[in-house]
Amino acid sequence: MDFNQPATENPADRQRVLGKSTPRIDGPLKTTGTAPYAYERHDVAEGQLVGYPLGSAIAKGRIVSMDTSEAEAAPGVQAVIRTTDMDVLGKFQMNVVPLFGGPEILHYHQAIALVVADSFEEARAATALIRVEYDEDETDGFDLAARREAALEQEGEIEQEVGDFETAFAEAAVTLDETYTTPAESHAMMEPHATIALWEGEGNLSVWTSNQMVAWNVQGLCDVFGLNKENVHVDSPFIGGGFGVKLFVRADAVLAALGSRETGRPVKVALPRPMIANNTTHRAETIQRIRIGANEDGTITAIGHDGMSETQPGGRGENCTAQTPVFYAGPNRLIVNRLVDMYLPEANAMRAPGEASGLMALEIAMDEMAEKLGMDPVEFRAINDTQVDPGDPEKAFSERHFVECLRQGAERFGWADRNQEPGSRREGMWLIGHGMAGGYRGAPSTTSAARVRLQPDGTAIVETDMTDIGTGSYTIIAQTAAEMLGLGVDKVEVRLGDSSFPVSAGSGGQWGASSSTAGTYAACVKLREEIARRLGNDDASALEFADGKVTTGDRTVPLTEIASDGEIVAEDTINFGDFREKFILATFAAHFVEVAVHVGTGETRVRRMLAVCDAGRILNPLSARSQVIGGMVMGIGAALMEELAVDTGRGFFANHDLAGYEVPVHADIHEQEVVFLDTEDATSTPLKAKGVGELGLCGIAAAVANAHYNATGVRIRDYPLTLDKVLDRLPTI
Amino acid sequence: MSPRNPTWRVKRRTVLMGSAAAALATASNTGFPRMSHAQEAAAPVGETRMTVSLVVNGEPRELELDNRTTLLDALREHIRLTGTKKGCDHGQCGACTVTVNGRRINSCLSLAVMHEGDEIETIEGIGTPESMDPMQAAFVEHDGYQCGYCTPGQICSARAVLAEIEAGIPSHVTADLMAPMQVTEDEIRERMSGNICRCGAYSNMMAAILQVHGGQA
Repeated sequence: MDFNQPATENPADRQRVLGKSTPRIDGPLKTTGTAPYAYERHDVAEGQLVGYPLGSAIAKGRIVSMDTSEAEAAPGVQAVIRTTDMDVLGKFQMNVVPLFGGPEILHYHQAIALVVADSFEEARAATALIRVEYDEDETDGFDLAARREAALEQEGEIEQEVGDFETAFAEAAVTLDETYTTPAESHAMMEPHATIALWEGEGNLSVWTSNQMVAWNVQGLCDVFGLNKENVHVDSPFIGGGFGVKLFVRADAVLAALGSRETGRPVKVALPRPMIANNTTHRAETIQRIRIGANEDGTITAIGHDGMSETQPGGRGENCTAQTPVFYAGPNRLIVNRLVDMYLPEANAMRAPGEASGLMALEIAMDEMAEKLGMDPVEFRAINDTQVDPGDPEKAFSERHFVECLRQGAERFGWADRNQEPGSRREGMWLIGHGMAGGYRGAPSTTSAARVRLQPDGTAIVETDMTDIGTGSYTIIAQTAAEMLGLGVDKVEVRLGDSSFPVSAGSGGQWGASSSTAGTYAACVKLREEIARRLGNDDASALEFADGKVTTGDRTVPLTEIASDGEIVAEDTINFGDFREKFILATFAAHFVEVAVHVGTGETRVRRMLAVCDAGRILNPLSARSQVIGGMVMGIGAALMEELAVDTGRGFFANHDLAGYEVPVHADIHEQEVVFLDTEDATSTPLKAKGVGELGLCGIAAAVANAHYNATGVRIRDYPLTLDKVLDRLPTI
Repeated sequence: MSPRNPTWRVKRRTVLMGSAAAALATASNTGFPRMSHAQEAAAPVGETRMTVSLVVNGEPRELELDNRTTLLDALREHIRLTGTKKGCDHGQCGACTVTVNGRRINSCLSLAVMHEGDEIETIEGIGTPESMDPMQAAFVEHDGYQCGYCTPGQICSARAVLAEIEAGIPSHVTADLMAPMQVTEDEIRERMSGNICRCGAYSNMMAAILQVHGGQA
């Protein structure tokens, strides 16, 4: 199905199943421990061996020698695979650093060996017996701040240049020029990267793995090993969190495949938790200079955002200026992005790459600017709203209800009763503050296919290689098919994550929900057409599907009767047409937060938070809300605690486990409220839906930071807002 | 941002170490003592494998195990009860929470052979998809999870938390040790804080736990 014009009225509009809060259909499996995750699939291949990886102990250089003799002689060891035994392996285009092979070291904990043994305990013990001699290179260092000055002398990549920024900024009545920093962050998903691999014959590879993008994983394994797609099978039905770190093939799959190729037996590999932060990817550290100029009335006349992040050579770093070209109006604009090459582990996508860290800076700047103007920060944002691309006014937002988010949020939160004077409201030992911020995240959709199989018993099966990384894909796909076929959700079985199924959009960039449901819609439309044909009616749209029956004219037939001779199968792909390129598709939020900061210790508690979201039609309000509150939790982490601490001498993240890298826990999370505006976006998909998986994280950290300033009167521009940064500036007890 | 101390430049040099032994840093210029690999590889003293008898979800189990096997891996790899999850293997995340003789523990921090005769309850012993425990059903109803990986540990902890409060076991936030213990949101948050949920479903779990408590009261 080609989606070549905005959606008109269609069967998905009935909203009998779609749009209703629906508990996850995979919930009973997840809550009883019976959902199968990658490492625990004992049933898929007999005689599994266990592989344990070894990571490099230097950041940059090469291996001079590896002595694996003791490891090979250790009890239970079946094979030792050394990176020095082979040339560097191939690389999928989205990976920046090769995952294995050759003596070159490009980052700390790069995989350099795998010990395969009969048991985990034996493999782990033997790995510790490997002796490695390195020749370490001198580098330009690992401290972004120290390298900033030199980087500013290089030409950056201009993302947007409109009007004459420098002149307009110089002439503006009110100006702000501040620099903000965000640290490197780790995805820290709960399930470590894990794969069971079985290599058969000359190059038939099966992997049971944990990956967000099944088709990319197939391609990645082909690129790494020089295999043909038809000989690679990937299965990833349950993924214990990803947030971007499981978008591409990673070392677990490569090592398990190598182990299996060597031993002729299935081999399973999980990355040990302390290896994940440095072996895999992270959100890059950024330094962001923001300049805003405005008239006395608050109208922005000039906006400049100069972002810088670290990356491995050839990588993409963190595009922290992503939102700035289009979020707020202003006739003079200069948006620049700079990459600083560094041999830290690979910077790559983490939930809302770009906007998440960009808004951490921009939305503090907006707060500071509002204060300089003596304006309500809600009002300041509202008057600088834009319905078109400020750099290309011909290009409009398909739907943008940001001002309504702001207004409704202010009303619901009780913004009028906020603390107005920073540092002035106190409850005993606690300073109370209120803050808000805007949220923006693009709403892409991509090609996605599905197959629908109507069964003789009147139930339906949907098959697509889409993944559910906690996002609720199983349930919204079931809802879509149920809506289109007039069934209850309990009559739809959804099978995901298998590369033998039609290729979907996969899970990333908050495109998964909108794309995969559109693909399911397309397959269902095709199935309806086939059913119409069998009923002798050429016009499928004249059919009414309800309660397991289909009605054409005055004739009503149960679906069981239609499929009584055998299942009816329909498969289709949604392709998104060019007409959408005339529009900007995006999602919006307004975040409001109340914090309490202890006057003696500087400890910060987020007491309540509200997000009002504009994300088109919401497919499942229950799981959509969970996505948003989950983003808000991650935003509290970003604001108050999360930081991969760089050992700037040796070039690695020092706090590389879940004790050192702190994420929010139960005690950190209090009242959370989410409101979805009742909007639909016909330009997005036939279902008029957009994603929400990343929106909840966009802007929230700045809202916390602004509330923290409002509570303490101390402006912190370097995340996270740990208490050491405020302790010496708090009022006397 | 305040400028950091100037980077000390790493000189081109040769170092000798494996990352697994990084804590025993052997590079000559670090000043740390050097430990020989021969010492690390020293042969074990005594038996390396033992037999242990456990009662898992009411069922007696006899296992012959490598002594280094954690209770978590005994469950997941040997009994193949994979509902209990390995998130970190270092007692940092709580995904491996089970109850041993009625008390919850991180099963990754405990060797299986230390549990001779112990009664272990895992998520599989609490309920099944067809017959869920009220806490499991409440998690489904309130969407108290997303990816599901921390969920079995969260549910084991949630049930134990209500039992601990009922038994009068105080926590860090218990204000009055002499008064009857109350099930409050603060008590639940505090006691659940050993179980990380990176998807951030905490407030939904709170609703589920409070509902189960309300049903019990």
